[in-house]
Amino acid sequence: MTTYIPIADRDEELHDHPHSFITKWVFSQDHKVIAIQYGCTSIFVGLIALVLSGLMRLQLGYPDSFAFIDPADYYQFVTMHGMIMVVYLLTALFLGGFGNYLIPLQLGARDMVFPFLNMLSYWFFFISVLILLASFLVSGGPTGAGWTLYPPQAILRGTPGHDMGITLMLASLAVFIVAFTMGGLNYVTTVLQARTHGMTLMRMPLSIWGIFVATILGLFAFPALFVSAVMMVFDKIVGTSFFMPAILSLGEAVDHKGGSPILFQHLFWFFGHPEVYIVALPAFGLVSDVISTHARKNIFGYRMMVWAIVAIGALSFIVWAHHMYVSGMNPYFGFFFAFTTLVIAVPTAIKVYNWVLTLWQGNIRLTVPMLFAMGFIFTFVHGGLTGIFLGNVTIDLPLSDTYFVIAHFHMVMGVSPVLVLFASLYHWFPKMSGKMFNQTMAKVHFWGTFLGTYAIYLPMHYLGFLGVPRRYYSYGTTDFIPDSAQTLNANITNAAIFVGIIQMLFIINMVWSVFKGKKADPNPWEATTLEWQTPENPPGHGNWGSKLPVVYRWAYEYSVPGVKADFVPQTIPPEEVEMEEGAGPYIYRGEEEHA
Amino acid sequence: MGLFRILTEKPWLHSPQTPEGLTFEESQISGSPQKTALLFFMGVVFAVFGLFITAYFIRMELDDWRPMPESTLLWINTLVLFLASVVLQLTYNALNSDRANFVKLGLLAGALLTAAFVAGQYTVWQQMNGQGYLINSNPANAFFYVLTGIHALHLLGGLWVWTRAGIRVWTGTNPEKERLAVELCALYWHFLLLVWLVVFALLSYT
Repeated sequence: MTTYIPIADRDEELHDHPHSFITKWVFSQDHKVIAIQYGCTSIFVGLIALVLSGLMRLQLGYPDSFAFIDPADYYQFVTMHGMIMVVYLLTALFLGGFGNYLIPLQLGARDMVFPFLNMLSYWFFFISVLILLASFLVSGGPTGAGWTLYPPQAILRGTPGHDMGITLMLASLAVFIVAFTMGGLNYVTTVLQARTHGMTLMRMPLSIWGIFVATILGLFAFPALFVSAVMMVFDKIVGTSFFMPAILSLGEAVDHKGGSPILFQHLFWFFGHPEVYIVALPAFGLVSDVISTHARKNIFGYRMMVWAIVAIGALSFIVWAHHMYVSGMNPYFGFFFAFTTLVIAVPTAIKVYNWVLTLWQGNIRLTVPMLFAMGFIFTFVHGGLTGIFLGNVTIDLPLSDTYFVIAHFHMVMGVSPVLVLFASLYHWFPKMSGKMFNQTMAKVHFWGTFLGTYAIYLPMHYLGFLGVPRRYYSYGTTDFIPDSAQTLNANITNAAIFVGIIQMLFIINMVWSVFKGKKADPNPWEATTLEWQTPENPPGHGNWGSKLPVVYRWAYEYSVPGVKADFVPQTIPPEEVEMEEGAGPYIYRGEEEHA
Repeated sequence: MGLFRILTEKPWLHSPQTPEGLTFEESQISGSPQKTALLFFMGVVFAVFGLFITAYFIRMELDDWRPMPESTLLWINTLVLFLASVVLQLTYNALNSDRANFVKLGLLAGALLTAAFVAGQYTVWQQMNGQGYLINSNPANAFFYVLTGIHALHLLGGLWVWTRAGIRVWTGTNPEKERLAVELCALYWHFLLLVWLVVFALLSYT
């Protein structure tokens, strides 16, 4: 071996090891602890959002039965459910949670390049969550403007939470964006600068590619939300007219005049659409690794997968106005955005084909993470296909304000990323905690969640075709909505309550396993990537003991002909790979062709 | 190595990048993390101002837009910020040519000029307010206050970078890090000068 000092071992990079409880678990600068802090906080607020969705469903399924849900409450539940799920759960858990945990471990670094900034990132996120939750306690309650916060209604009297609620929402988002920027700069810089010896960009696991590109999207898309939040705060508090037109509110003229609500929509969706991919790209990456590992097969078309991630990331910035077809626009604009929207289906479809082709003739192990990953392929294909409907202007116009859209986006960016989150949480739980979870409970959790979410969202497509409008508190008697729609709604509610309750199995399983679970093998899934090769399990502070790992190959060396084990970790030198008897020396795939 | 070459590498082949084929120096990742992070951060700031300016152009088209009057003081402020940027560049140059006595002076002068710029901007605000150009009386005014305000906040945030550079220079234990800190400081000031010139041109000519 060459005698070199690994990057992270030199001069000040040698971190101080924390000793007290406070520096170890509260104000920790260790990326693994920060990841777990991000994870627990985001799952906690996610549970609140889950309860809110249950309350919404109770009202929809059994209207007039629950006196404590009035229309204002309903809109507040809708708004907070949406905002929490998209920003504070999915974005925070994928990037703050998995980004933090996996980037240094899968790249062979000791930590993020700026550990202190990383800690600040978590605490800013924590403050943003506190501000968000505070809006439940102020007079008037949280905002009920819908998660898109469209002006003028977001700040007009008559909208729930128009007073303090909306201000706190915008403040919380601004703080979240600051937190994300601090974290994001760390993730990008660590990927570019702190990879270990031999870890070229094209040897990075796809998880890292997904997280890396999603972080870049976030860094450039969140400013749009920031800018619109700042301008809306000024409209609300100082009385400017960036977005607010002259309008009568409850019979009185407002002080604003001349502002453009459409301008807000453009800014919001310039953030909002990349946001979909900020959530989806890490999910694509993580699920690729889970599928490859549990199918014991190299990922099909690695380079194509990387290119698709990059292409989707680039395209995601030029499709935003497909959320605004019903706002009205020049037909040529509509044509342009419909075109780009449909184009984005190409790299996405490539990814789906590659996942399926990875499974093809794989030695599939139906472990819990694999079940969730395969469930994801189903829900993602369903949600993706309805997206092709809605991407067309003429089809979108009649469907846009119906339950078809609810079904579409819950399938594609609600259920699908959540299934990947579960796949990943179960997959990496043995590494994070050093313990094994209860398999049976986890399998029940999978089937309940997978079948249950289908029971919720599949019927919603039919409600949408009937023209049942979304955003309504109750329907009363309406000619075009048959009674059977109400029966369907009640059953959707039953399914939703079932799915909500069954998530408790996950929480119980995780908490119980952390304390009482069986000790996990350091590499229980027989995976090739670096995080499974750490000297300690769970990895200690600094991750790698005295010496950084050296990487000899890509992350997908599974089932190589002639090799004894069906996987070759990235860290094993070629001469140490054990071969079957009679097989020649270990060679890399395609080496003959290369030579 | 070009981006195209990186992205077309076939990682499943026995590629030339296997560690045993390279010395440690060859496999080092060039550049400093601090500089990479700053470049990305400047990208984020660019996005923030780019979006504000786009919103400005869209909002400007509506018929209630009444441009603000010009202020001579803004020209003076621009000159001050330009000097701050120049001084920091000279500081960096001085550091490279070992004129150590100029380095501390230059850093201090840069900070003072920046403070003068921010104070100057504040004075413009006061003048405009005094003349009745309130933030909520016209969208042009609102954009004027928000754009100048956000820009000043970014400069004040730059004082954090400046402080780090200052600590490096005053302790003077690590010349390599000292050079990097001052370089990044100068780079950020040039960037904010550029942003200000764009914002100033926008405010003056529309």
